[in-house]
Amino acid sequence: MENVILNQLNYPVLSYTVFLPVLGALLLLFMRNTAMIRWTTLLVTMATFVISLPLLTNFDKTTYKMQFVERHQWIPSWSINYFIGVDGISVLFVFLTTLLSILCVLVSWKAIENKVKEFHIAILTVEAAMTGVFISLDFFLFYIFWEAMLIPMFLLIGVWGGPNRVYAAIKFFLYTLVGSVLMLVGIIVLYFAGGNTLDILTLGTVHYPVKLQFWLFLAFFAAFAVKVPMFPVHTWLPDAHTEAPTAGSVILAGVLIKMGAYGFLRFSMPMFPDAVRFFMTPMLVLSVIGIVYGALVCLAQKDLKRLIAYSSVSHMGYVTLGIFALNSQGMEGGILQMLNHGIITGALFLMIGIIYERTHTRVIADYGGFATLVPWYAGLFIILTFASIGLPGTNGFIGEFLVLFGAFKAQKLFGVLAATGVILGAGYMLWLYQRVFFETPNPNWGPGHHPLWDLDLREVITLAPLFALIFVIGFYPEVFLSYMHPTVENLLKHINTHAFAGEGLIAKHLMEIF
Amino acid sequence: MDMANYLFEMTMIMPEITLICVGLILLLLDLAVKKKEVIAVVGIAGTLVALYATYKLYIFNQPQNVFAGMFVLDGYSNFFKLIFYINIILTICISLKYMTIEKSSFGEYYALILFATTGMMFMASAADLIILYLGLELMALSTYILAGLIRKQPRSNEAALKYFFLGAFSSAFLLYGISLTYGMTGTTNIKEIAVALQSLNIVDNPIVFLGMIFMIVAFGFKIALAPFHMWAPDVYEGAPTSITAFMSVGPKAAGFAVMGRVLFESFGAMQLQWNSILIPIAVITIAVGSIIALAQTNIKRMLAYSSIAHAGYMLLGIIAGTADGLTSTVNYLMIYMFMNVGAFAVVISLRREGFQGENLEDYMGLAKKHPVTSALMLVFMFSLTGIPPTAGFIGKFYVIMEAVNSGHMYLAIIAVMFSVVSAFFYLRIVMYMYMKDPKEEVTLTSSSSLNFALAVTTAMVIILGVFPSFLLNLVRSSIAG
Repeated sequence: MENVILNQLNYPVLSYTVFLPVLGALLLLFMRNTAMIRWTTLLVTMATFVISLPLLTNFDKTTYKMQFVERHQWIPSWSINYFIGVDGISVLFVFLTTLLSILCVLVSWKAIENKVKEFHIAILTVEAAMTGVFISLDFFLFYIFWEAMLIPMFLLIGVWGGPNRVYAAIKFFLYTLVGSVLMLVGIIVLYFAGGNTLDILTLGTVHYPVKLQFWLFLAFFAAFAVKVPMFPVHTWLPDAHTEAPTAGSVILAGVLIKMGAYGFLRFSMPMFPDAVRFFMTPMLVLSVIGIVYGALVCLAQKDLKRLIAYSSVSHMGYVTLGIFALNSQGMEGGILQMLNHGIITGALFLMIGIIYERTHTRVIADYGGFATLVPWYAGLFIILTFASIGLPGTNGFIGEFLVLFGAFKAQKLFGVLAATGVILGAGYMLWLYQRVFFETPNPNWGPGHHPLWDLDLREVITLAPLFALIFVIGFYPEVFLSYMHPTVENLLKHINTHAFAGEGLIAKHLMEIF
Repeated sequence: MDMANYLFEMTMIMPEITLICVGLILLLLDLAVKKKEVIAVVGIAGTLVALYATYKLYIFNQPQNVFAGMFVLDGYSNFFKLIFYINIILTICISLKYMTIEKSSFGEYYALILFATTGMMFMASAADLIILYLGLELMALSTYILAGLIRKQPRSNEAALKYFFLGAFSSAFLLYGISLTYGMTGTTNIKEIAVALQSLNIVDNPIVFLGMIFMIVAFGFKIALAPFHMWAPDVYEGAPTSITAFMSVGPKAAGFAVMGRVLFESFGAMQLQWNSILIPIAVITIAVGSIIALAQTNIKRMLAYSSIAHAGYMLLGIIAGTADGLTSTVNYLMIYMFMNVGAFAVVISLRREGFQGENLEDYMGLAKKHPVTSALMLVFMFSLTGIPPTAGFIGKFYVIMEAVNSGHMYLAIIAVMFSVVSAFFYLRIVMYMYMKDPKEEVTLTSSSSLNFALAVTTAMVIILGVFPSFLLNLVRSSIAG
């Protein structure tokens, strides 16, 4: 236990963060009044957020070790423990999860009128499962949260989604499940290879044979690449994002797809350093394809939500590009970009949900001239557009800059190619803004026709925290970067010292495989 | 044989004696008592007495061979008996109201369930192939009748007849296998066969191999392994739903009990040979069950194919060929009982006077009017898929773990990939319930006993999913002992 720091607070902070939403969901089972259900859910998510705050404030930023660790025996016959903790990477995502959950409840206040109770139960359970994924230090526990999340998510998309929701929900479920079950086999193989344990930290210290690493990397890649999503297994994402209700899109874009990249960082990198080295170039290639392809497809979209969905493919390409650049700038940039994408795209989906409640259309051509109709809305939207493009002063700039810096350092060509994505990104976002907010006003809207109203107080409150974060990170990224420095440093040191030196040796081992 | 020894041996089969006696009492009681509830309650009480007897017999930590090596009482058989008892109680609970609706509420029904179960218990405790055969026939004959109990329904009659003919066929296979084995080894005692195989040095003998294959075929028929599964969809569909639930657990568990015992104890030295048969069977079973279920529109047929697929997963533990592997199979059976009977309990609750409630379309929009029942069905469906935190995941995890541990990597990958295929048809039910609008109003039949069964199965599916330790330890210690 020398490599972890036990929870120093006098209450199990991480367990509370995970299980308070579960408790809230159980409480909801016995409620009938919809207003009461909404308020209870809001209070529970806010309480969870408050409870999780000490994780940030009491965090020891000088160490890479796991903190706030709790460990109890769970299934002794398989030596499985209830083992949770956070390091400089996961703590940020716990923060993001608990924050976005509050906003999801707020944005659904009026949008969801059907099966209100079930909706809020789904939101709370998905929050618990997502938090669980980020804090699990035991593979079994991790896998339970990872899979359990599918159930409420499947329902969120399929029950409260758009017209094509059932197709999107099933596609999402099956895609993710294929990847997950392959990872499950990988986990079981690791269990036996690592000495009958599923302890993630212990498994990370074992040096596995190169051949085994190679196959395990692929098994885990199946799960994580689908989640990220990386090209070419990204096709579930546009459907799921588009059809999901606003809250579902925010959860998907904000947290859920981060788990893939998180998985690479938490499992693939420490456990299969040789394979990571070997697969570095293919991963960079896939990332760059994702960046450019996603951006190009955005240019052709007619649907507002679908466009943002494809922009996620492009932006997540930066994340994997940065991570697999295997240097500190790239990796920190990738992690920050994950957080940024959660904030920006989360906010974009909130904004689209807000306007959809008024117009009931997502087709870009139905809009036009909205800058005069809803000026405040238009003003906030331009900030998001700039953040998404990566204008200096916003968080998007810091993340993309670090990623591109790292990519240049690793392999120049990929840096150059990825940079074209920035230009394309400016293209599709600004063009979108032009079509929606400028140009001749669409005669359908405005006084005398379909009434539109600007942002109300609830909506402003919903958006405010995300806009604040955009500028905080944009001007002083160290607020969040400082958490990850030691962790990233340690991870890179681990990869460099553990990976077999020299490409020749890897090539030799690969000869044995084929 | 002296009296004390005789009495001691009788105590060993006290649970079986209890069930037979209670069964006979039920037959008599049926003449005197009009209310079927009384008969059901007496049946459950009798089962509890038998359960108590088994519990008391748990004290021996060594296997007890009695009746001249015909009958064995060990942890393995005791654990299977536990499955059988729970199965009886759950079946009776879901039957009460349902059989009245089917206008087939006979007292014999409950007696036959007890007789069938006694057969299963003899199978689990068989130390000799003859006792095994007797137990199997007692179980089979009782279930043939149970399958055809709705006399006025042609499909129920068809189910019984089909089950009977194919069952008789499989019994012939079993007898043929026993004869061949007896011919080669000169014994029908399960343990002594293993000794004879070694001492006569006939492990590689093709006739011994053939005898073993015939027995696997017969057991495979009871378990519904492909390609011996053809009867299952028709019989499952035609039989009374409560009996479908009963059959999908009891005979399957009994089949696995004897398969495990015969393969491990008699043919333990021939593991390579039996795996050369069982591995293709497992792959075909999982594939057939998962793929054909996709095309079903009747939920009972769909669950029949699902139970075929699950039998394939359970087989992985036997293929592993270790004590741990066998443990994983038995563990799977226990979990499978709860989730499968639970699913059938929901199917039963849709049945009412003049409404079958067996088509998938009947589940359209069920969540709107009946949120609780739908939520329970959702839990069972996700458990059957094997999604955590339900018990179904623990079951699958364990068998796949043992498949990997015994070096059958490809089998593990095939199994998990088909579990994705199967996810589609389980999800479809959830989709119908939650994401479609109701076509017509469905009113549910409910009774306190049905609710009890639903509560128990749901609770177990969730509890065993989150805290599997207790069950795992129980199975492990039973099989090790």
